[in-house]
Amino acid sequence: MKLPNGWHADPRGADQVSGRRRFLFNAAAAGGALIGARLANAAEAAPPADPDWSKMLGPGVVDRPYGTPSHFVKDVIRRNVPWLTAGTESSVSFTPLQDQPGIITANGLFFERYHGGRATVDPEQHRLMIHGLVERPLILTMEDIKRFPSVSRIHFIECPANGGMEWRAAQLNSLQFTHGMVSCAEWTGVKLSTLLDEVGLKKDAKWALVEGADAAHMDRSLPIEKCLDDVLVVYGQNGEALRPEQGYPLRLIVPGWQGNVNIKWLRRIQIGDQPWFTREETSKYTELMKDGHSRGFTWLIYAKSVITFPCPEKPLKGPGLYEIRGFAWSGKGRITHVDVSTDGGVTWRRARLQDPVLPKALTRFTHEWRWDGKPALLQSRAVDETGFVQPTIAELRAVRGVNGIYNNNSIQTWQVKPDGKVFDVQLA
Amino acid sequence: MSSWLKGSLVALAAAFVVPVHAAETQPPGYYGFGRAPTPAEIDGWAIAVRPDGQGLPSGKGTVNQGADIFADQCAACHGTFGEGEGRYPKLAGGELTGDRPEPTVGSYWPYATTLWDYINRAMPFPAPHSLSADQVYAMTAYILNLNNIVPNDFVADRNSLPRVKMPHRDAFIWNDPRPDTADKDCMTNCIDPAKVKIDSTAEGKDLTPRTSGPLDEMQPK
Repeated sequence: MKLPNGWHADPRGADQVSGRRRFLFNAAAAGGALIGARLANAAEAAPPADPDWSKMLGPGVVDRPYGTPSHFVKDVIRRNVPWLTAGTESSVSFTPLQDQPGIITANGLFFERYHGGRATVDPEQHRLMIHGLVERPLILTMEDIKRFPSVSRIHFIECPANGGMEWRAAQLNSLQFTHGMVSCAEWTGVKLSTLLDEVGLKKDAKWALVEGADAAHMDRSLPIEKCLDDVLVVYGQNGEALRPEQGYPLRLIVPGWQGNVNIKWLRRIQIGDQPWFTREETSKYTELMKDGHSRGFTWLIYAKSVITFPCPEKPLKGPGLYEIRGFAWSGKGRITHVDVSTDGGVTWRRARLQDPVLPKALTRFTHEWRWDGKPALLQSRAVDETGFVQPTIAELRAVRGVNGIYNNNSIQTWQVKPDGKVFDVQLA
Repeated sequence: MSSWLKGSLVALAAAFVVPVHAAETQPPGYYGFGRAPTPAEIDGWAIAVRPDGQGLPSGKGTVNQGADIFADQCAACHGTFGEGEGRYPKLAGGELTGDRPEPTVGSYWPYATTLWDYINRAMPFPAPHSLSADQVYAMTAYILNLNNIVPNDFVADRNSLPRVKMPHRDAFIWNDPRPDTADKDCMTNCIDPAKVKIDSTAEGKDLTPRTSGPLDEMQPK
């Protein structure tokens, strides 16, 4: 269909206009530059004006057969700390929690952790092999795996190194970089217990080695009790196939346990009577304590929370009423309550939890706060159904020292200055 | 009895005598999906090695052989003597005491078998699974020798590696001692307001990449 000149120009931006529309848009922009110039003046869109986007047709259905975010939110992306690792193939990126409105992390923003880069796996050729101390070893195709009874569950995944750069002192002035190694999604797949029933565990089956098809063949040992409890072998993530960054076509979900054991591109499960002490559970993901001993197999994510608004990326705009917002989570079950302090921990007030409050999932909390424009120290403190109370960094340091890297679940303190700017600080 | 009927009876019986979650349990082969792997298929993929040597293949390698391979394939990242280049891991030396502990293969890794397993599964970083078993044994011998854990004439094989005692092995505890904090959810007068003091801030540290605009490539000064 041919439309009059000007009708093709989409005020939402060139990246949302495809094919012929894009050509026409560019031509229009180059020719008159009227649209862009007018859009630059936000006041022209405010009432009583009828803004440009109300005066023309937008692109039709399937203009973008797979949708993408508005280009106005182009800054909301995963980001990395370039000085942290030697390269990007064995590295991590962080979720922009400051822009995550609910408990579900968008698939394109779910944090990444690779040990040998993002594997590109052909689902037709992918296989899951289960062998070892089992009655009937199995090789399964993706089609086979999808025939088993399926479940969908919402769970967070947190890298235990989340906050690992903050053991010695406040270092990174950013929510994304201090806490962005946690994300949450709805996962769909088959319970690992179903697959283990199908192969039949032998009497001495005590441990499972789970291994990926990536270049690093990332592998971990898991106790069989956890495997039979709530571990999932998943192919679905938030209403679509697992993303390649999350292990397409198949990954393990180990609810509430450290991210590293949630093996991506899952290709093999070996059942044995002892752990394997793989590189990722000896050299890494163990914690050097201040007295010189090391802790291993510290799989559980203990209760943790953080305020996502305000935060360094989202400062305050003058005194007045605000809703403090944040997330809490625990690998041991449900969050029972979250308390918020605005005075550095002298006084606490109970925050409101938002439904759904699910076990081993991000839980959203809010708390109304009238800011008087004076300096403030904001903190949140999570308590889970076991009664465990999120500790301060000072207490963690007193017990463990500063060289543990992993399992920093301490209370985060945000310093609010009179100009509304927010800084990552730690209290003595 | 048909497998369908058998399965139904098992499920029915289970429903009456066991908790709900266990009622979903089915006998091995109930679904019948997939197929049995051949021994060759299992051998090809079953690469994991345990501290007792289970999983180690036949073959062997010496310290000197390892030195040559290491210089050729590993030194660019890990340094000729395992000292590490840039941010790539240091493999040799290092102390766990002092203000900045240096965990390396020698100072930290509890099992020598893990070194064989990891080289075999993930190294060399840009070309994993390109080394023969003999080459992996040789590299393992060389790296252990760099750390003064084995003598110059050490030969690594499936019998010798499980017997190597790594210095930090007994310092590991494998039972999670947490919870190791015991906070209370105090609500009022929890601490003396005069004692609320900031002891560190990220402000002005210049370590934080930007969180708007394009990805940052910053390096700390």
